[in-house]
Amino acid sequence: MMSPTGNWTVEQPIVALHGVHKSFGSLEVLKGIDIDVMKGEVVCIIGPSGSGKSTLIRTINGLTPVSKGSVKVEGIEVHDAKLDKLALRRKVGIVFQQYNLFPHRTVLQNVMMAPLLVLRENRTEVEERARALLAKVKLKDKENAYPAELSGGQQQRVAIARSLCMRPDVMLFDEVTAALDPETVKEVLVTIRDLAMDGMTCMLVTHEMGFAREISDRVYFTDAGRIVESGPPSQIFETPQDPRTQEFLSKVL
Amino acid sequence: MTPNWTVSRLTWRAPVLAAGLCVLATLAAMAQDGSTGRPSALATLITWVPFILKGFGLNLVMSVLAMALATVSGVILGFMQISPVTLIRLPAKLVTNLFRNSPWLVILFAIMFLVPFQITLPGGDKVMVPDWLKATFGFSLPVMANVSEILRGAVASIPSGQWESAESLAFTRGQTLRHIILPQCIRRMLPPWMNWYALLTLMTPMAAILGVNEALGNTQAAMEAAGSRPEFLIPFYLFLMTIFFVVIYPISICTRRLEKRFATGS
Amino acid sequence: MLDLIAPFFERLYDTTGLNFSPFYNSYDWGRLVEGMWVSVKLITAIIAVSLVIGVIGAGAQTSRLRIIRWMVSAYIEIFRNTPPIVQLLFFYFGLGAITPQVDMGGWYEPAIGSFGWAVIAIGIFGGSYNVEIFRSGIEAVPASTKEAAESLGFSGFKIFVYVTFPLALRICLPALTNNIVSLAKTSSLAYVIAVPEITYSLSGIWSDSVNVPEMMLLLFGYYIVLIAIIARIMTMIERKIALPGYGQ
Repeated sequence: MMSPTGNWTVEQPIVALHGVHKSFGSLEVLKGIDIDVMKGEVVCIIGPSGSGKSTLIRTINGLTPVSKGSVKVEGIEVHDAKLDKLALRRKVGIVFQQYNLFPHRTVLQNVMMAPLLVLRENRTEVEERARALLAKVKLKDKENAYPAELSGGQQQRVAIARSLCMRPDVMLFDEVTAALDPETVKEVLVTIRDLAMDGMTCMLVTHEMGFAREISDRVYFTDAGRIVESGPPSQIFETPQDPRTQEFLSKVL
Repeated sequence: MTPNWTVSRLTWRAPVLAAGLCVLATLAAMAQDGSTGRPSALATLITWVPFILKGFGLNLVMSVLAMALATVSGVILGFMQISPVTLIRLPAKLVTNLFRNSPWLVILFAIMFLVPFQITLPGGDKVMVPDWLKATFGFSLPVMANVSEILRGAVASIPSGQWESAESLAFTRGQTLRHIILPQCIRRMLPPWMNWYALLTLMTPMAAILGVNEALGNTQAAMEAAGSRPEFLIPFYLFLMTIFFVVIYPISICTRRLEKRFATGS
Repeated sequence: MLDLIAPFFERLYDTTGLNFSPFYNSYDWGRLVEGMWVSVKLITAIIAVSLVIGVIGAGAQTSRLRIIRWMVSAYIEIFRNTPPIVQLLFFYFGLGAITPQVDMGGWYEPAIGSFGWAVIAIGIFGGSYNVEIFRSGIEAVPASTKEAAESLGFSGFKIFVYVTFPLALRICLPALTNNIVSLAKTSSLAYVIAVPEITYSLSGIWSDSVNVPEMMLLLFGYYIVLIAIIARIMTMIERKIALPGYGQ
C-alpha cells in the first residue's frame, strides 16, 4: 500500500490530471484532459451539457475509473489498483446533484455516519464536529429531521456538511444547484462561498455563471471531452478567445 | 398486436431445468437399484407412468373447472365489494377475507365434510357428488376470494380523475364501470389471474388427502402396488414434480413476460 | 380456565347439540392447546428458515460466478413451479428414507422428525419467494445513494449493512408481509406428514367426537385470529421503521 501522503509538498498541485481519457463502450467522453489545481484554489468547470464535466469530476475521487492517463491527488495516483481507497476518500469529498442523503438516518446521523463507521473516530468528538458543521450550514435546528422532511436546498447543505465531517482536503461539487428550486439555490451557493473563503480547495461543475465568475480563481471551459479554454474568470467571461466559448457564453449569459 | 406466446419464446432455462429434473429422477432410480432379480425402480416407474399421467389429467380438469368457477364467482364478488350499497359490500368483504385468509387444506376439509354426499335434483332423482367435484369446488373458493380482491384492487388503482371526467360527461355508475374503468382494469388483472391459475394447479394434489385419484394419489397407489420399496420414493416423487413443472413453468414465464410488458408499456 | 367455561359448553351441547368438546373435555382441551402451540412453533420456525434462505439467496444472486447465480434461479423456479405438497412428501419420505437414524438407547429414531422435515420443506418453499422479494428490494435502492456512501469511504460490506439493507427492507416489507401470511397458511400442509399442529389435532378430535362443523368453525377462527395477529405485527414493524416524509 502506498503511503497516504507520498512525497507531495504544498508547492505541487493538490489535484493533477494529465492526459485523462474515458470511454463508455465506443463513446469517448473525455479525450485528454489536463488540469492542475493548487491547494486553496477554487476552480470551476463550465461547458455545454454532455461535454463530460460530471465524468471528469467523478474521476478525481475514483468513482469513475479512467481509461487512460493519470489522476493524482496529493501526489497519489487515484487509479492505482493498489491504492488504499479509504485514504483517498477522506481527502476528497464530493457533493452530488441529487444530494443522495441516506433517507433512513436523521440529519445529524447522516453527518456522523462516515466518521464513526469508516474512520472509527470517537463519538463525542464526531458529534461535536457534526453539530458545528450543521451550525455552519445554518441547519442547527434540523438535526433530528429526516432528509425527506427537508427542502432540496436544506438537503444539499446537509450533504455538504456530511462531506466536510470527513475533514477532506479537496471538495468536489457536481452541479449541486441544478436540481434545486431557484429560491434555494442561493443558500447553497452562500455555503460554498463561505467554504472557499475559508481556504478549502474546491472544484465545481456548475451552470451558475455569475457564481463561477465571482468565486473562481480559474475557469475551464470544456466541450466534447476537451478543455477548449482556461484562465482567470475575467479573461474567460470578458474576452473569450475560442469561438466555441464565445458561442456558449452568448447563449447562457 | 396480438401477443404470441409460443414455446419458442420461452427461455432456454425451462427445458434445461425440466430435463435436469428427469435426469435426477433417473439417476436416483438407478443409484438405488441394488438388488437383482426384481425390476429396477426406473423400470417400475416407466410401467406406471401412464397411470400417473391419467391421474394428472384429472388435476388439469379440476384446475380448469375450479378456475372457471372461481373467475365467475370472484368477478361477481368483486363487483359486490365495490358496491356503494353497504348491505352488499360488507358481506362480500367478509366472504372475500374469510376465504383469502384460510388455508387451502382447511377449506378443502370443510367442503369435503360439510357438503352432503348426495344432492336431490328438482325432479326427485338423487345424485352422488363425486369427491373430485367437491374438491374442485373447494379449490375454487380461495381463488374466488383472490379474484374478487384483484378486481377490487384494479378498480381502485384507476385514478379518480377517470371517474370524475366520466361523471362530468353524464355517464351513470354502471356505464362508467363498463366503458371506462373495466377496459383499463383487464390489462392489470391478467397477470395475477394467471398466477392464481398456476398456484391453483399446484394445489390440486391436495385432493389426494381426500382420496381423489389424481396424480399424487395415483403415484402413491402405484408405489404401493409395486411393493412399497423405499427406493421408489425419490424417483416417483421427482417424476411427479417434473410433470407439474413442465405444465406450470411455461405459464409462469408468460405471466412474467406480461407483467414486464404492462409495467413498461403503460 | 377450562373449569370456568366447561359448564357453559356442556349445557350448550345438551341444549343445542353443538359439541365443542375441547371446551369441556380436558383431553380434547389438551389436544387443542397442544395443536395451537405446535402450529405457532411450526410457523415461527418456517418463517425463520425462509427469511434466512431469502437473505442468503438474494446475496448469492449478486455473485460474480455465473454458476451460483444460475443455481439460485434454478432453485427458485423449481420450488415455485412444483406442488408444495409433493415437495413436502419428497422431503419427508424420499429424503427421510436416506437420512441416518439416531440411536436413542435401544431404539432408533430418524435424525429429523416430521416437524423438522415440515420446517425444512415449507421453509425452503417459502424461501424461494423471499429470495425474489429481497432481490427486488435491493435493486430498488438507488445506485446514487450507494455511490454517496462509497465516496464517503464505506467499504462494499459496510454499504450493504448500513445503507442498502435498511433501505431494501423498508421497500420490500409489504411483499414480505404477504409471503409470511401465505406461509402461515401453508404450514397446515404439515398435516399430511402427521405433524401434530392445529389442523391435525382438530381432525383427531372430530373423528373421535363426530363434531366436524364445530371443529371447522374453531379451525377457521384460529386461522383468522392468527393471520390478524401476524398482519398486526407486520404493520407495527412497518410503522416503526417508516421514515417521515419518505416514500409517501
